[in-house]
Amino acid sequence: MTQTTNPSSPTAAEVPSRGLKRRLRLGERVIEGWIFLAGLLAIVVLLGIIFILLKEGLPVFANTNPWDFLFGTHWYPNADPSVFGIAPFLVSTLMITLISTIIAVPVGVACAAYLSEVAPPKVAETVKPIIEILAGIPSVMMGFIGLALLSPFVQSLFHLNTGLCGLTAAIMLSLMSLPIIVSVSEDALHAVPREFKEASYALGATKWETIWHVCIPAALSGIAAAIMLGVGRAIGETMTVLMVAGNALAVPASPVDPMTTMTAAIANSIGNAVRGGVQYQAIFAIGLILFILTLGVNIIAERVLERQKRKFSR
Amino acid sequence: MFKSVTKWLLPLALVMVAVLTLTGCSSAATTVTNSTTTSSLSGSFKVIGSNTITPLSSLWAEDFMNANPQVSIAVSGPGSGVGIADLIDGTTDICQASRAITSAEITQANAKGVHPYEIQVATDALSVVVNPANLVNSLTFAQLSAIYTNQITNWKEVGGNDAPIVVFSRDNNSGTFTYFLETVVQMAGMTTANKTLQYGGKVLMLPSTEEGISQVGSNPNAIFYSGLGYLNNTVKALGIKKTASDTAVKPSVETALNNTYPISRPLFFYTNGAPTGVIKAFIDYCLSTAGQQTVLTAGFVPLAKK
Repeated sequence: MTQTTNPSSPTAAEVPSRGLKRRLRLGERVIEGWIFLAGLLAIVVLLGIIFILLKEGLPVFANTNPWDFLFGTHWYPNADPSVFGIAPFLVSTLMITLISTIIAVPVGVACAAYLSEVAPPKVAETVKPIIEILAGIPSVMMGFIGLALLSPFVQSLFHLNTGLCGLTAAIMLSLMSLPIIVSVSEDALHAVPREFKEASYALGATKWETIWHVCIPAALSGIAAAIMLGVGRAIGETMTVLMVAGNALAVPASPVDPMTTMTAAIANSIGNAVRGGVQYQAIFAIGLILFILTLGVNIIAERVLERQKRKFSR
Repeated sequence: MFKSVTKWLLPLALVMVAVLTLTGCSSAATTVTNSTTTSSLSGSFKVIGSNTITPLSSLWAEDFMNANPQVSIAVSGPGSGVGIADLIDGTTDICQASRAITSAEITQANAKGVHPYEIQVATDALSVVVNPANLVNSLTFAQLSAIYTNQITNWKEVGGNDAPIVVFSRDNNSGTFTYFLETVVQMAGMTTANKTLQYGGKVLMLPSTEEGISQVGSNPNAIFYSGLGYLNNTVKALGIKKTASDTAVKPSVETALNNTYPISRPLFFYTNGAPTGVIKAFIDYCLSTAGQQTVLTAGFVPLAKK
């Protein structure tokens, strides 16, 4: 069979190859279209979410003016008339996010520096995947751990009335954002060119001086991205804070007060809100403000990254 | 050619085998159920709502499904408010509620073409619980109201130790939250009634009754309220006095049945219009002698015999 077709093989080879090319080109076009649609879908979904948040959330301002909504200190959706002030949730979210970031960033970056610069390769290869597994623990499990182990500890440590408070939630959240911060910062530190470190050592710098003055500044854009991702995780996390933050409705005066974050307030009230009712609109308005907040964090982080890049390109 | 045929033959054979076994299995399964079924009832429906009633309706659902194998019932307890919202939105068949539906909710329901039909299925003695180490044994409505509005913040003000009161409540998805607010905090129907009172800002709102009970069990200064069915030996139920001159009454089946316990309340099922078919059969079972016996098992108070 093969021998008889052998003399005509050049033409025979050309024909299938042309067909193959055409088929490839068709396949390529299908895949291109598919990827284009996938990209479009992400934008459509994003615009859809913004549209729904605006459509469902904005009507609440016909009921409560924006100033009272943002800075009102009482949230009584079931009272008659209902009162919607989200200052307690806004303050709680900012407080818990700030504390969890303050805890997670130094620990996370130090851990990343250790894994990337100090640890023997074998240790780094085993430890990093283990830290990344931490990211896969469901948030409800973290809530349970906080409820069962951390809250009694926080309660006895600070002599509190109850361990269900903002600090407990912030510590749990810092544990949850740690894997992201470690993993992304480690990648950034790993990407710092060897020459930088070699030049630093050649100048007589110690390991610590090299890490602090060369590696971390060089990887700062990546570390900033890591911190941003960590903050994003902390702001948006719901289940854990719902379980351990205590859910009191007062504006928290200190981190060890029980408090309700914006996410927990949404989760707490969405169940009994009838679609289209005032409470439903108020919850969507909280969602809208949460969205604006995370958008703000992203934009600021983007600016920082941009400035950092310009500094390095000079 | 031959190769390509064999290439197709194996998957084809596999598919055929799979189809044959599946049809074989399903026919076998139907014959089995046909032979064991004693009841003609079939269908599936949802019971959503009160966290308080959930332990009871789960028992009812299990018993009813054991007696009628072709019926499947899904019970969940995110809170009475959720159940009523779901009934209005048409996403549940039965709403279980530990408070009566409000006129505002009925208006919303009617606007969506839903006509809530109320059936009382049991009674509950709403209990106020503290840690067993707490010296306080009874409280009045006025004291409870002051505690839940953060006006009384130390146990010594109500006859206990010099210790801060840690106040726990359910979140506002809960029917118990609303019932306790209206009946105890706002003291509805009493001379001291005040409809403007709301839970204080330092009250901790918990997503479930179980969590409140476990917090009270581990915190000597905590106070919480829950359905009678959730009481266990890690917490102490307080005697309740409507006014200071009354005698304190502890929550129990007897005191709720003879109406001496001041915060006993009806537990309801709501359906869209009067129930029919399998849902009616289920509710009839709940109201039957056997069903009301289950109410006692679950720690609630059965309906008075008519």
